[in-house]
Amino acid sequence: MIELKDVRKVFPARGRAGEVVAVDGVSLSVDRGEFAGVVGPSGSGKSTLVRLVNLLERPTSGSVTVDGRVLTELSGDEVRKARRSIGMVFQHFELLDSRTAAGNVEHPLELAGVGRAERRSRATELLDLVGLGDRADARPGQLSGGQKQRVAIARALAVRPSVLLCDEATSALDQASTAGVLELLRRVRDELGLTVLLITHEMAVVKAVCDSAVLLDRGRVVDSGRLTDVLTRERSPLGDALLPAPVADAGAGHGGALLRVTVTDRTPETLVLQTLIGDLGAAVEIAGGSVETVAGGRYGRLLLRVTGGAEGLDDAVQRLRTGGVLVERVTAGVAR
Amino acid sequence: MSDWNRIYPQLLDATWETLYMVGVSAVVTVLLGVPLGVLLTVTSPGGLAPRPMLNRALGLVVNLGRALPFIILLVLVAPVTRGIVGTTIGSTAAIVPLTIGAVPFLARLVETSLREVAGGKVEAALSMGARRRDVVRTVLLPESLPSLVAGVTVTVVALISYSAMAGAVGGGGLGDFAIRFGYQQFRTDITLATVVLLLVVVQALQWAGDRWARSLAHA
Ligand SMILES: Nc1ncnc2c1ncn2[C@@H]1O[C@H](COP(=O)(O)OP(=O)(O)OP(=O)(O)O)[C@@H](O)[C@H]1O
Ligand SMILES: [Mg+2]
Repeated sequence: MIELKDVRKVFPARGRAGEVVAVDGVSLSVDRGEFAGVVGPSGSGKSTLVRLVNLLERPTSGSVTVDGRVLTELSGDEVRKARRSIGMVFQHFELLDSRTAAGNVEHPLELAGVGRAERRSRATELLDLVGLGDRADARPGQLSGGQKQRVAIARALAVRPSVLLCDEATSALDQASTAGVLELLRRVRDELGLTVLLITHEMAVVKAVCDSAVLLDRGRVVDSGRLTDVLTRERSPLGDALLPAPVADAGAGHGGALLRVTVTDRTPETLVLQTLIGDLGAAVEIAGGSVETVAGGRYGRLLLRVTGGAEGLDDAVQRLRTGGVLVERVTAGVAR
Repeated sequence: MSDWNRIYPQLLDATWETLYMVGVSAVVTVLLGVPLGVLLTVTSPGGLAPRPMLNRALGLVVNLGRALPFIILLVLVAPVTRGIVGTTIGSTAAIVPLTIGAVPFLARLVETSLREVAGGKVEAALSMGARRRDVVRTVLLPESLPSLVAGVTVTVVALISYSAMAGAVGGGGLGDFAIRFGYQQFRTDITLATVVLLLVVVQALQWAGDRWARSLAHA
């Protein structure tokens, strides 16, 4: 649905600031109906990346394809029309103060030349969809942040786009409003079959709503994949960010082997301990760990100190891996 | 004081002349100044349609119009006035220099107002597939309307004070009246009365402008 091929964006030098390579050869693809996240530290190029998808920013090189159309090959006028199938939601809502909630939702319909009566009924329908049917006549100034973002989402959906872009859509909201907005995004994705690309710097947001994610650093893709995959993939930076487990210090001054074990809710409950203690006869101490809900599934990451059973350990690890458990050996504080 | 009955109709005429000069030039100023302000904004670097050369040229013309003392402008545009109105004397003739003086003034105020509209709102409209003219029409102008009204009010008040000057060089109106009946005949009471009248007009305008702007400001 969204496909970027080797996209670069270089901002030319301005004044004393040198040129900035904001996006440095990014390729990514998001399937129809997928809820994809882009995460990364501040300045890593997330906002630039999402703005490249609807060509608010023209790529310096590379191609952008949305819904089978190569946007980078279209004329300016065609790009404008194509943008109607790509809704966008912003961190600071960007609603017009000169319009009511309903008037804001009608704005894109007006731009698309939809008649007044149809605009009215569509705005009512959309405000109902986002749970603000009773606030149609409210001005943005009279709405809470969460409500404003709901209006902005209704606005973005007005012309029935197939793709929704969200740039830090919850970063200006408190926790309760964030949860509400994320729930809404997830619901409209399910009900309308949208493809969503969501930018955020919060892993919690990715965990709550995304099916897949891209980790960006200094304009490059560091890691990407479906969340269920990266969590059970060795040495995945994205997996580590989603499910951190303490590694440093844990081995200091003790004998034995340190294992970092990642289990899912599909792992047989007793598999790990049965294999290590029962079969291997080793002593197992839990040195740390965490359990998280990611993409609707439960994932646990445990740091285990295993003493005894040295000869059989490799075998045991192999058996666990065959059983679908991710096992990484930790030496000098690094998982291997 | 006994001659007030004689002077009174003339004062009334002068008031009407002032309102006529200011009214017509205000309307023309808005019709020319707002588009010019929009043009200054959208052609600026980082604007909707950056045109550096055009922007600099417009900026220069606007600054020239604002730098010239009004009294000099009056003399300089006399040939233009004659071309348009057929004469350089009278209230109608005064409308030309008044408008030429006020357009650059308003254009800068409009530019400042439009610049204050958050870039994100413009971006949101562009993401919906808006054309540049749609952005001006549905975002920039409506969002800055309260501030535009305030700018127009300031311009009209400035026009009243310019009109007094224009009046003194043959345009009629209250300025002319104050000089002929007050200053030249040593009638301080008449000068004072005229000033009070001007003050009342300015106050009323400012009050109405403020109210209008406030009623447009979105809570
Ligand atoms: N219009 C621009 N002109 C010049 N440089 C820019 C422009 N927009 C972004 N940049 C630069 O590109 C880099 C990436 O910026 P971007 O806004 O995409 O990062 P981000 O990941 O969204 O950061 P944040 O989390 O802080 O929003 C930064 O170094 C930024 O300064
Ligand atoms: Mg950003």
